[in-house]
Amino acid sequence: MDNDNVVSLIEDETTEFVTVHIGEQLFGLPINRVHDVFLPESITLVPLAPRDVAGVLNLRGRIVTAIDMRGRLGMPPRDAEETPMAVGIEYGGESFGLLIDSVGEVLRLSTAELESNPINLDSRWARVSAGVYRLEGRLMVILNVDRVLSMEAAAFAA
Amino acid sequence: MDDLLSEFLTETAESLDVVDVELVKFEQEPNNAEILDNIFRLVHTVKGTCGFLGLPRLEAVAHAAETLMGKFRDGAPVTPGAVSLVLSSIDRIKVLLEELEQTGQEPDGNDQDLIGQLEALSLSFEGGDGEAAAAAQADAGTPSEPDGAAEAAPEVQSGAPAADEPGLPDQTLERELRPGEVSLDELERAFQEAPGPEFHEPKPAPAAPAAAPSGGKDGAPQRSEGGVKNQSIRVNVDTLEKLMTTVSELVLTRNQLLEIVRRHEESEFKVPLQRLSNVTAELQDGVMKTRMQPIGNAWQKLPRIVRDLAQEVGKKIELEMSGEDTELDRQVLEKIKDPLTHMVRNSADHGLESTEDRIAAGKKETGTVRLSAYHEGGHIIIEVSDDGRGINLEKVGKKAVERGLVTEAELEKMSETQIQKFIFDAGFSTAQKVTSVSGRGVGMDVVRTNIELIGGSIDLKSITGQGSTFTIKIPLTLAIVSALIVESAEQRFAIPQLNVVELVRAQTNSDHRIETIKETPVLRLRNKLLPLIQMSKIFGIEDPAHFGEDEGKAAEDGFIVVTQVGQLTFGIVVDGVFHTEEIVVKPMSTMLKDIPMFSGNTILGDGSVIMIIDPNGIAQEFGSALATTLDAIDVDAEALGKSNEATTSLLLFRAGSAEPKAVPLSLVTRLEEINVGDIETVNGRSVVQYRGTLMPLVFVTPETERRKEGTQPLLVFADASHSMGLVVDDIVDIVEDTLDIEIRSERPGMLGSAVIKGKATEILDLGHYLPLAFEDWFERKEMSAEALTKRALFVDDSPFFRNMLTPVLKAAGYKVDTMEDAQTALAMLAGGTRYDVIISDIEMPGMNGFEFAEAVTNDPRTKQLPIIALSSHSSPAAISRGRQAGFFDYVAKFDREGLIAALKEASVPMEEAA
Repeated sequence: MDNDNVVSLIEDETTEFVTVHIGEQLFGLPINRVHDVFLPESITLVPLAPRDVAGVLNLRGRIVTAIDMRGRLGMPPRDAEETPMAVGIEYGGESFGLLIDSVGEVLRLSTAELESNPINLDSRWARVSAGVYRLEGRLMVILNVDRVLSMEAAAFAA
Repeated sequence: MDDLLSEFLTETAESLDVVDVELVKFEQEPNNAEILDNIFRLVHTVKGTCGFLGLPRLEAVAHAAETLMGKFRDGAPVTPGAVSLVLSSIDRIKVLLEELEQTGQEPDGNDQDLIGQLEALSLSFEGGDGEAAAAAQADAGTPSEPDGAAEAAPEVQSGAPAADEPGLPDQTLERELRPGEVSLDELERAFQEAPGPEFHEPKPAPAAPAAAPSGGKDGAPQRSEGGVKNQSIRVNVDTLEKLMTTVSELVLTRNQLLEIVRRHEESEFKVPLQRLSNVTAELQDGVMKTRMQPIGNAWQKLPRIVRDLAQEVGKKIELEMSGEDTELDRQVLEKIKDPLTHMVRNSADHGLESTEDRIAAGKKETGTVRLSAYHEGGHIIIEVSDDGRGINLEKVGKKAVERGLVTEAELEKMSETQIQKFIFDAGFSTAQKVTSVSGRGVGMDVVRTNIELIGGSIDLKSITGQGSTFTIKIPLTLAIVSALIVESAEQRFAIPQLNVVELVRAQTNSDHRIETIKETPVLRLRNKLLPLIQMSKIFGIEDPAHFGEDEGKAAEDGFIVVTQVGQLTFGIVVDGVFHTEEIVVKPMSTMLKDIPMFSGNTILGDGSVIMIIDPNGIAQEFGSALATTLDAIDVDAEALGKSNEATTSLLLFRAGSAEPKAVPLSLVTRLEEINVGDIETVNGRSVVQYRGTLMPLVFVTPETERRKEGTQPLLVFADASHSMGLVVDDIVDIVEDTLDIEIRSERPGMLGSAVIKGKATEILDLGHYLPLAFEDWFERKEMSAEALTKRALFVDDSPFFRNMLTPVLKAAGYKVDTMEDAQTALAMLAGGTRYDVIISDIEMPGMNGFEFAEAVTNDPRTKQLPIIALSSHSSPAAISRGRQAGFFDYVAKFDREGLIAALKEASVPMEEAA
């Protein structure tokens, strides 16, 4: 498991990121961690599950745990008519699907331009953010996938 | 740990297990040279490898044991003592190995105690059989270390003759050498002798002569064994597990494909898919097989255990095993190993009588413990039986009462089988003395729990004097289970079939109707109230379709999955039941592991993911709540029949005022809710049509709210011919508390106040209300007028009952004196007060009802006096016991009618006598 792949990638000249929208915010996920992007269909709700676990679904014969990223990041839930997208991630030998609002393009960015988190960033976000890119007209927060998934649900409840 | 060492540990552990078994066999057949050779060879190998790896402690012990066995081979007598000694050295080796496994190093210390004993015994066999010469020869063969430690010297001597072969002296020496200095000779031997001939040529024959050139028979078994072993390879368990997972996924994918093709009538995929399906099934079978192990693996240690036990307790025990080849999943095998061992021990220790007792009982001297296993429809049945004394019902019953598992009253009603099953209850052990083997209080309950954890069940049959048989039923594998697919709030769940007892369809207007007691749903199922759990409720999922409807209305229709977990039976209410399906259990995601309600999830044939319900989790979560509910609403339980320290199930309700009121639950026949519109007025009284008759309604107080619309809750009280509805404002709860009336009430209809669950609560005087419904409730049995002048002595330790029944007796025309214990009552009688009848409780502190009755009938002055026993139960046995003690009649505490009838009858002989 490359636990802190973002950091390890800093030595490279550039890194490719899959950009996703969660709420109003643009996020970037290191492309080597993204197994696939899919439309989550027929999610089975899991009663008594932590709030940000949206349920489980069958992705080509594997049971994938769907994580509602809005919930994880403390954002308001999406409207009922909006259908989420999902980014497939492997973590700890299990499959997870991060539910996001939409997927954008793939960006190749220079690692040198990655800036550290602003110190006043929401602590919840700071924990899962590996840094920020200043893109033209907007900011992109790089998600540390491992931290997103390893965080105790309780930590987000705060 | 390096590979060599871990390989050594695995192989040695296996060898030692075999040695254990073989030694026990050998003890029984001391003349079987083949067995001895086998043992000798194994120990020898262990010794050799230890030397090779530089493990002096292990080697020394193995050597000393080997020496002693050499003596056996040379014809020394095989005594149980000697075998025990060899066994204990094997144990020591195991202890050392364990340490070695944990630390990677041999522990410090020495084993001189054990070695000394072994040597002493070896030496004692050295008599006139010319061994000394051999010893000398051996000495001569070890010139390299003539100045070995003085301590070691005798060992060299004793060791050499044992083996009586040229190779051995080198080995005894090598104990003094550092590993690097091992002679080539020894190295060669160690390699040749190490099991695992799969690395050898198919014929490891040369190894045999090298190890024991003295006898060709050594070689024979080894060779044949080698042949078998060549057919198998060691595979890491993880590899197998992964393979299994992959196949499971393949199965699921195939199921999905089949599902898709089914929808298309004509599909070119049909034929190839059929083939894929078959191949997948075969593959699944094959992989399952790799996980299968013969159950005999779990039994291996048992002969040794039984043998040791027999020695220790001085019994003659034979262990018969059959069906060792029955295969089951290794995961399951691991889990039943310990419970099985415990059960066999139990049977041998507690089940079988001592030899003297057996002879006295006319049985054969040697007791038999039989262990058998066989397949039966997807399950493995394992039976452990003994031909011992059987389970002592009396002892078990007594113990159950002592432990507070059951009251004496309840016990008397129980069947033999029910009583026997108490041994599966926590903390139960009937062994009178605690032996080192069993009887430590961790008993059959642990066994039961372990077996239930793997989805198995355990049952018991015991015949006094003939023995007991335990039957364990376990699933073949844990990976694939048969499950019932159910639906709740439009979500589907799987319930393992093994826990499902039956399915009941509940409908509003049928016999099976879900009723509620203070929002707690229950179902009447064959004279029992089954506590129910709404699946949607425990999972916090409400069916959107039912939103906005009346509370509780939604609960009336549905399917009830009657589920059993251990002793606990409860119903899970679901909206729909589909079918059963073989499902492959996949573990829950780590993020969801903390939910105890689910044991895993799976993908169904239609591709959707579904949660597998763990009934154990549900039972645990609700176990305590269920248990109390069970007690409280068990129709048969007459909790009131206990002494006043005991708790009583009380129904709390409100009527007329905000303060709670209570009535003992056992007096209540039913709880109903009636439509206010159904209340009719006849002759100035409120009645309602109820089950085909008119039932009078009585209001607790005039202030009781008379609703204009909607429904009104009712408590229904009934006896054989009458029922009455007591109208209340609402039903609050059912609680379990001590009923101790502290303040007597002057108000009609209330007995007084008691503190129930920390709140002052008025206790209803039912005796007041019943005549309100039917004036003749108590008197309609044509009580004779002269009864009015009669006096009754009523003895009961419970103030509640004194308060409760006194009005009944008064209503029957008696002047009543109440006493709270039998001694005072006797004093009262001795004081000359004349009574016409005595009514006495049975269970009382100090002098009980039987003793009291005997005392009364033994006194000539009171001999004629009829005594009516009041008890919470009236089994035929209890009644006959009561009659013997001198009771005139035996009446259940709540059987008013019976009491009145008994009083009436009692007055007849009195009149005749008068």
